[in-house]
Amino acid sequence: MSGETSTIDSLIEQKYQHGFVTDIESDTLPPGLSEDVIRAISARKKEPEWLLEWRLKAYTHWLGMQQPDWAHLNIDAIDFQAVSYFSAPKSDKDRPQSLDDVDPKLLETYDKLGVPLHERARLAGVAVDAVFDSVSVGTTFKAELKKAGVIFCSFSEAVQDHPELVQKYLGSVVPQRDNFFAALNSAVFTDGSFVFIPKGVRCPMELSTYFRINAAETGQFERTLIIAEEGSHVSYLEGCTAPMRDENQLHAAVVELVAFDDANIKYSTVQNWYPGDENGLGGIYNFVTKRGDCRGARSRISWTQVETGSAITWKYPSCILRGDESVGEFYSVALTNNYQQADTGTKMIHIGRNTRSKIISKGISAGHGQNAYRGLVRMTPRAENARNYTQCDSMLIGKKCGAHTFPYIEVRNPSAKVEHEATTSRIGEDQLFYCLQRGISEEDAVSMIVDGFCKQVFKELPMEFAVEAKALLEVSLEGAVG
Amino acid sequence: MLKITNLHAKVAGKEILKGLSLDLQAGEVHAIMGPNGAGKSTLGNVLAGREGYEVTQGEVIFNGKNLLELEPEERACEGVFLAFQYPVEIPGVNNTYFLRAALNAQRKYRGEDPLDSVSFLRLVREKLKVLHIGDELLHRAVNEGFSGGEKKRNEIFQMAVLEPSLAILDETDSGLDIDALKTVAEGVNRLRSKDRGMIVVTHYQRLLDYIVPDKVHVLADGKLVATGGADLALKLEEQGYAWLDDGGIKPLNIELAGQTLNP
Ligand SMILES: Nc1ncnc2c1ncn2[C@@H]1O[C@H](COP(=O)(O)OP(=O)(O)OP(=O)(O)O)[C@@H](O)[C@H]1O
Ligand SMILES: [Mg+2]
Repeated sequence: MSGETSTIDSLIEQKYQHGFVTDIESDTLPPGLSEDVIRAISARKKEPEWLLEWRLKAYTHWLGMQQPDWAHLNIDAIDFQAVSYFSAPKSDKDRPQSLDDVDPKLLETYDKLGVPLHERARLAGVAVDAVFDSVSVGTTFKAELKKAGVIFCSFSEAVQDHPELVQKYLGSVVPQRDNFFAALNSAVFTDGSFVFIPKGVRCPMELSTYFRINAAETGQFERTLIIAEEGSHVSYLEGCTAPMRDENQLHAAVVELVAFDDANIKYSTVQNWYPGDENGLGGIYNFVTKRGDCRGARSRISWTQVETGSAITWKYPSCILRGDESVGEFYSVALTNNYQQADTGTKMIHIGRNTRSKIISKGISAGHGQNAYRGLVRMTPRAENARNYTQCDSMLIGKKCGAHTFPYIEVRNPSAKVEHEATTSRIGEDQLFYCLQRGISEEDAVSMIVDGFCKQVFKELPMEFAVEAKALLEVSLEGAVG
Repeated sequence: MLKITNLHAKVAGKEILKGLSLDLQAGEVHAIMGPNGAGKSTLGNVLAGREGYEVTQGEVIFNGKNLLELEPEERACEGVFLAFQYPVEIPGVNNTYFLRAALNAQRKYRGEDPLDSVSFLRLVREKLKVLHIGDELLHRAVNEGFSGGEKKRNEIFQMAVLEPSLAILDETDSGLDIDALKTVAEGVNRLRSKDRGMIVVTHYQRLLDYIVPDKVHVLADGKLVATGGADLALKLEEQGYAWLDDGGIKPLNIELAGQTLNP
């Protein structure tokens, strides 16, 4: 009965199930970044002059910035000139008018991913704005949303159809100069989602986007903007999975959320980028800047994320609690296996009076995985009676992985209160034995224990995605299940 | 049904069981008593196949099978149930869900169809009723935040649902109020049948008032040093274990009414 480590090792070993490549001819720009490349991207997308100017300004900022150096990530230098900054499926040239017009190969790809587009959309009442590489191809349920006055479209479409909204809000939450990757994204972003919920409207369905990286050596630079006017409600979900690759793929997205008085935005992510193989080769580099601005009083922004993919994840969905009595929430499950590294967390910046924030972070490390939670809670001098509650739990599976917690707390208002709880546990050998002793197999026991550990976060996800997230964790943890 | 012969086992490099032999016939209940640290829990863990408990010598035959060759979950599916001295908390995992997963895993092993949730619930309610346990435990996570007594009751409840053929109760009576003690006894007595066997590890005679054992063993320093009838427990309660040691390291081979001391 010895060799605990080796049985657990084999248990958590798994092959990436979504590892395949679709060979749709890509219309890809040659690698490298320059003003010309940016002009080419902008021209292909037929963007207005102001947007080109905006991109070029960001590029200038970016040239003067240094790639950050992180204590807990082990990253080889990224050669930004080796990355191609634009890739679109050929069929984009004559845009499909409906799903029937979508390249069947593409639909097949979604099928393999377990995303039967029409089925799923109809059954779950979800509007799916499918992003394939950098350009949106299938958009459904537009009509129903339109009736409610909701705008949900690709970012490029929004640039064409609602330029005044884009111009007004783009970069208003994440300024171009915010950080190295935000600057890069601002210069070269290709597509993403745009959501606008007008005053008093409760969005009639979950809004969901499936992302997927496809063309080799192609950076993926999503740009998403969600605006919720006074008293509106919206729940948005993004999910992604990527094909198997040997090259490290760069992903640097920017997501901006704006919530006005009494508005409510729930943003959920189930993220499954290709994590690299058992030896840490390949896999996506995922550098994301996500920020929500609770601009209005009593507004609420809630981030829920389940991160199981990527070779490297660097991501801190944040809330700026500007409005009095506004609320920010962050619920996160981050799993690292094999040689994956994750450095995630959140920032809660309390500016308004009586603002509240809650952080529930669950980190799971297996194999050689390294998981770091980095969280900032800042109570500014104006934040009278602001409250934060942080709970940060880590679970270790096996003996070669690690978990690290870095809470940064700044309190500049004496009436503000910050509570922080942190625990680290090894997946109990005793818990495992307890399950085995009742007849439950080791695999089922591990996924049961992990699922229980993540419960607090899963219950924040929309029902069908909670099921998906649970399945994803199982796949990420188990050996090839029969 | 269970025959343990000359069992030696090590934990963390240290020999804890030092030649333990025990013969449990189907239909019997044996009590094991003995001082702290004697190896009682170790015996339970070895029989259940816990990792880190290394058998260095000896043999365990259970219902004709070599128990030591089986994986822990196979032993459970073969009908070995261990009521833990310290039941484990599994946060976030619903108690009912857990138990159903366990029962269905065992049914699958036996080639039976899984119980659907309706039939399972019916079974569970019936068991709760006979054991006089409320159903509030059903809705909580496995042992999470349970009081000591609630945890022990939960073990008995699981045992009642899983209906093992060999149940090993490791101090399930410790720390219980009188009602809970009766629940434990009720659980054991209901399960008692001619094709089942039970090992009840306890420090207290009072449990044996409710569960009358067929045999009482004394485990000291890694082996059984005395075996007798129910009255041995009474003597132990009165006199402690010291008298067993009177002759030095090897206990005296004294004859007491109806009991022998093993050399
Ligand atoms: N995992 C372990 N690591 C190290 N030592 C152990 C371990 N498990 C048991 N032991 C040691 O083995 C010996 C027997 O322990 P065991 O728990 O079997 O005693 P016990 O008879 O059940 O005692 P009690 O009546 O106090 O429950 C003790 O000295 C104990 O410290
Ligand atoms: Mg013990």
